Formats: sequence, C-alpha cells, structure tokens
Amino acid sequence: MSKSLRRLLVVWGLLLVLLALTIATLMLPLGPVAPVATFGIAFAKALLIAWVFMRLSVESGLGRLMAMGAIAWVGVLIVLTALDFAARAMA
Amino acid sequence: MTETAISADDAYRRETDRWGMYLFLASEVMLFGALIGALIACRILYPEAAADASRRLNLWLGTANTAVLLTSSLMVAIAGEAARADRRRVAVGALAAAIGLGLLFLAIKATEYYQEYADGLMPGVADPDPTLTRIEVLFLNGYFVATGLHAIHMLAGIVLLATLAIRVGLGRTRLPGGAHGIELGALYWHLVDMVWVFLYPALYLVRA
Repeated sequence: MSKSLRRLLVVWGLLLVLLALTIATLMLPLGPVAPVATFGIAFAKALLIAWVFMRLSVESGLGRLMAMGAIAWVGVLIVLTALDFAARAMA
Repeated sequence: MTETAISADDAYRRETDRWGMYLFLASEVMLFGALIGALIACRILYPEAAADASRRLNLWLGTANTAVLLTSSLMVAIAGEAARADRRRVAVGALAAAIGLGLLFLAIKATEYYQEYADGLMPGVADPDPTLTRIEVLFLNGYFVATGLHAIHMLAGIVLLATLAIRVGLGRTRLPGGAHGIELGALYWHLVDMVWVFLYPALYLVRA
C-alpha cells in the first residue's frame, strides 16, 4: 500500500474514532461542558479533513490563511453571539 | 507524489484556481455558519427546549450519516491521489464509491424526514404533534432548514463528482493533468462533509 494511501486511511480511522468519542461523551455527565466537548471534537475532525483530505498541508501559508479565513470570522460571529446570549440568560 | 507543473504559468493558474475555490467555500462557510450560530443561540437561550427537540431526532441515523460522509470524503481523497498518479480506473472507481455513499446519505436522510413527517414534526404539513412547545418547533424548523440546505448541497456535489467521473472515465479529461479538476471538485465535497460534521453536534448532540 502506498504511503499516501496509508496516510488517508489512517486519517479516516482517526475521524471514525473521534465520532465514536463523540458518542461516548453523551454517556458522561458533562453538564455545561458538553457542547465544548462535542464541538471541540467536531473542530478536530474539521482540522483533519482540512489538513490531509483538502491537502492544506501542501498549500502555501497564504493559501492556508485564505482557506481557513472564513472559519475564523464565523468563529468570531458564533463566539460573540454565544457570549451575548449567555450573558442575557444569566441576567 | 509531487505535482509537476509544465511551466511556472501552469502552477500559477492552478494556485489561482484553488484560491478561487477557497473563496467560494468561504461563502458556503458563512452561509452554514450563520445557521449553526442561530442553532447555538437557541440552545443557549432555551437549553431544555432545545434538548427536548434534539431528543426527537434519530441519533443513530444521524451518526450513521456522519460515518457515511466521512467515508465518502476518504473516497474522494483517494480519487484525487489516484488521478495525480495517473491511475484512471482507480480514480473513477473511487469517485463512483463516493457518489454511492452520497446517495446513501440522502436515502438515510429521506428515511429520517419520513419518520419526522409521520411523527408530526415537519412544519407546514398536516397533523402537527400537539405536545411540541413553541421553542421545540423553532429548533426543529432550524433542523429542517439546515439539513435541507445541506442535502441540496450534497445533490450538487453528487452531480459534480458524476461529471468528473464521466469525463475522466471516457477519457475526455486526461490524467494526470486533469487531476486538478478532481482536486477542485474534491475541495467542494470535503467542505460539504465539514458542514455536516458541525451540523451533527449542533442538532443531534444537544440532548444533555
């Protein structure tokens, strides 16, 4: 099996392991930390997909910024909105 | 295996194509990011109602669909590698496998939708479930909009992969030069997969 094929298969295996981990977190009494865990695992999956499957590992630095830029801005949108609503919910 | 460019212009053109694709994918991230943000906001404001709504979704079908999509991304990545290595049949076979898995995803989704229709959870159809609260309805509407939009993107991706597979299979697109087109199509497919990877916790895993 070629090296590149093996790399793809390993990443796929890791992705499925992360999926199983996500299900496992549902069994644990995490409480308010639960969304952090599930979205954190989702983020790890996204990073693997982007770095290996989408070949950002062989992309230039500027290309990587371009590819990930939108996620950074959406991250700002979601985090600030979440903080806003969380503060209102507390008040 | 490194990609050999015929000239510096060729490499420049390919880089430009890729960056153009990243820009389009960025607009998709914005689209789904806003939807996911709305779902997260609903969850923060009304945690019990959101959890109740999420529990009405089929967690196992959603999980199966996640596994199906992750495997389809693997197939598309293998197709790209095969195309770069001038292995035409492997490339077409891998694309066909990805298309098959994409259709399986849509079939599972249709099954879920039918079940939700039967349970009276679908907005705008007859016999809504009377036990649903207002916020549960809001969350479920978000579920249908987000997954419906995602399914449309899946269909477009399947058509795209099928076009690539036919062109490469019939020899209209020559490898390894044509691997560039497969790579661009693969980027779109991987993004649709990534969107689902975030939709899954936002919709199915709210059940605290």
